[in-house]
Amino acid sequence: MSKGKVVVAMSGGVDSSVAAALLQQEGYDVIGMMLRLWSEPGRAASNRCCTPQAMSIARRVAGQLGVPFYAVNAQESFRNIVVQYFLDGYANGGTPNPCLACNRQIRWEFLLERALALGADFMATGHYVRLVRNPDKPVRLFEAADANKDQSYVLHVLNQAKLQHALFPLGELTKPEVRQIAADLKLPAATSKESQDLCFLAGQDYREFLRRHQPQAEQPGPIFDSAGKQLGQHAGLVNYTIGQRKGLGLAAAQPLYVLAKDQARNALIVGFQDELGSRELLTEPVSWLSGSAPRTPFEAQVKIRYSARKAAARVAPLADGRTHVLFDEPVRDITPGQAAVFYVNSEVLGGGLIAGNGTATFVASSLTAEAIPVL
Amino acid sequence: MPRQNQIYFDYAATTPLDPRVAHAMQPYFSEEFGNPSSVHGYGQRAEAALEEARQRLAVRLNAQPEEIIFTSGGTESDNLALRGVALAARQDRGAAHLLISPVEHDAVAKTGGQLAEHFGFSLELLPVDEFGMVPPSEVAHRLRPETALVSVILGNNEIGTINPIGEIAAICRGRGIPLHSDAVQSGAYLDLDVEKLGVDLLSIGAHKFYGPKGVGVLYVRRGTPLLPVQTGGNHEAGRRGGTPNVAYIVGMATAFELAQSELKVRTSRLSNLRDQLIAGVLAAIPDAKLSGHPTQRLANHASFVFKGVDGNALLMLLDDAGFACSSGSACKTGDPEPSKVLLALGLTPEWALGSLRVTLGIHTTNEDATAFLNALPQLVQRARSLETV
Repeated sequence: MSKGKVVVAMSGGVDSSVAAALLQQEGYDVIGMMLRLWSEPGRAASNRCCTPQAMSIARRVAGQLGVPFYAVNAQESFRNIVVQYFLDGYANGGTPNPCLACNRQIRWEFLLERALALGADFMATGHYVRLVRNPDKPVRLFEAADANKDQSYVLHVLNQAKLQHALFPLGELTKPEVRQIAADLKLPAATSKESQDLCFLAGQDYREFLRRHQPQAEQPGPIFDSAGKQLGQHAGLVNYTIGQRKGLGLAAAQPLYVLAKDQARNALIVGFQDELGSRELLTEPVSWLSGSAPRTPFEAQVKIRYSARKAAARVAPLADGRTHVLFDEPVRDITPGQAAVFYVNSEVLGGGLIAGNGTATFVASSLTAEAIPVL
Repeated sequence: MPRQNQIYFDYAATTPLDPRVAHAMQPYFSEEFGNPSSVHGYGQRAEAALEEARQRLAVRLNAQPEEIIFTSGGTESDNLALRGVALAARQDRGAAHLLISPVEHDAVAKTGGQLAEHFGFSLELLPVDEFGMVPPSEVAHRLRPETALVSVILGNNEIGTINPIGEIAAICRGRGIPLHSDAVQSGAYLDLDVEKLGVDLLSIGAHKFYGPKGVGVLYVRRGTPLLPVQTGGNHEAGRRGGTPNVAYIVGMATAFELAQSELKVRTSRLSNLRDQLIAGVLAAIPDAKLSGHPTQRLANHASFVFKGVDGNALLMLLDDAGFACSSGSACKTGDPEPSKVLLALGLTPEWALGSLRVTLGIHTTNEDATAFLNALPQLVQRARSLETV
């Protein structure tokens, strides 16, 4: 008997192909869907995902499994939502992570909607995360067994309504095991190497992309040190990331690092290495996986970007939905626009975009009276 | 494992091979495998089969055998017609003006486009009415002495409309300009007598009339200058190089004979079913329109547009519900472009993106149509509930 109907978001990559095969073996009725995402005109073939080649591989996998396969066009939505999020994020002085917007609004909304319209009970992806389901309790999201491949950071954007329908068949597997399964099943797979570049950059530097799509975002401005002394000129804030050392064009006795980007003044704030870390950060309103915020501050491991190591911290939910995070030790490269994701014993409790990193420029404006921890 | 319980409603895309056709083809794969160009007995027998097939097709087209060029299918026939005639007309009489309809299959439209973009021809699009029909008077207005070729599709693949080719042909003939018509969709539904149609060139493809894929005909009226496009050996009287695919050509001849001889019986049944289907869809679904002509349309062809529907999503829902339909233009890759043909009818993108083509064939039953009519309203509603792209 069928365990239900599941739409697998396929990409032609080994992960989603194996996910589809495993679900079929487990007794689900599998349907493959592949998102057609936006690529710059003329660059479709070098996009990192959903190239014509990737689609033909996904079709072959579906054919081999004998499951239906549909291409779903999301180009316009992707352009309007995800690419715009990326452009706006930089224009506002942040370092946005468009994969968060894609997972929240394209993969786990636009595609999920289509899957459900097709009568599917579930949607699955080849993400490396684990879910725990208990009757009448919220679905819980955990890190993958393979810590090297864990993708729970980008999936903290899911909510209960989405998690109810989510399946992640690779969560207990390691990447080598997944490759082995693909080889055993003789599943066709792309040979291109894995990359963490953004799909729509098609191999270009993000700055080139920004220059073409948002030239007005690249305004030269002053470079200040943390005491407010002007040290030079920067070439436009979009060209810098927090913690960057090279390419500042400044001469100093010790190396200088980017501490912050002050969008209001179009200024780059730099300082020495010992000024780089911060013990605190403030997030935007947080999405809690369980659906509601913890009522008291709690000890957690906090991840401040996809590839960062988790750091111990005390997380205090604020009355307005934001959180204040106090790290045990100073943490480097806290970057507005990236998400801070909260883990307790490998479970993802929630996460929110980083609003500020606690340096003078942020704290003064962010920690106002109404942002007092709720207890 | 193939999916069960699928009802096929995409006969305009392709048709199943008629078992009688498969039978006729059988000897020419492994027994009579000779190359028709060879001198020996193997070659002679293959050539005999080839020329007999040519003769049978010529009879059914009311043409002469030497007016039949075998090709790899409808697309190649269209390519050869456009490029072959255009290049010859420019060489012979300096003619570099092409006149085509805006509702042509891409095999014609893109060939015309390439001739304009890369080979210095000027390409003019004829107007069409709201049904996608070319008014013959408009052809008369636009013909010039330097017109190399006029090409107007006979039965439209996307919207089913049948053009008044006879009238257009009379105008072209009066002015001495060759007329091509893409009849690829029409082989099983219209009498393709080239004298009645009056065309100088006509394209057909076997797999649209229960023959094999990968084989077609270009009819070229005697005396029509044509430069070969695929050069090679002296096959097809030097007009199309390449060893002829004897088995498929024999299959095509058999399929065309069957299709044309059974035409009346088949089309009267199908057009009744088609009309029931059209009436049922328009009655049951709000904001739905028939695309193409209400009466002057291919007997097996029903096509619709639904306002505010993502056509691809609807196809997916239909497929999942067991109905194999199409949206009329290729969109397996999920491309969101509204069809040029539908836009040419004056439809807005909001309508044109929600297109559905339902094409019937020999295996379609009344029960199939009823099942479809029962299922469609709810599926359209579900497609409408989706966030549009």
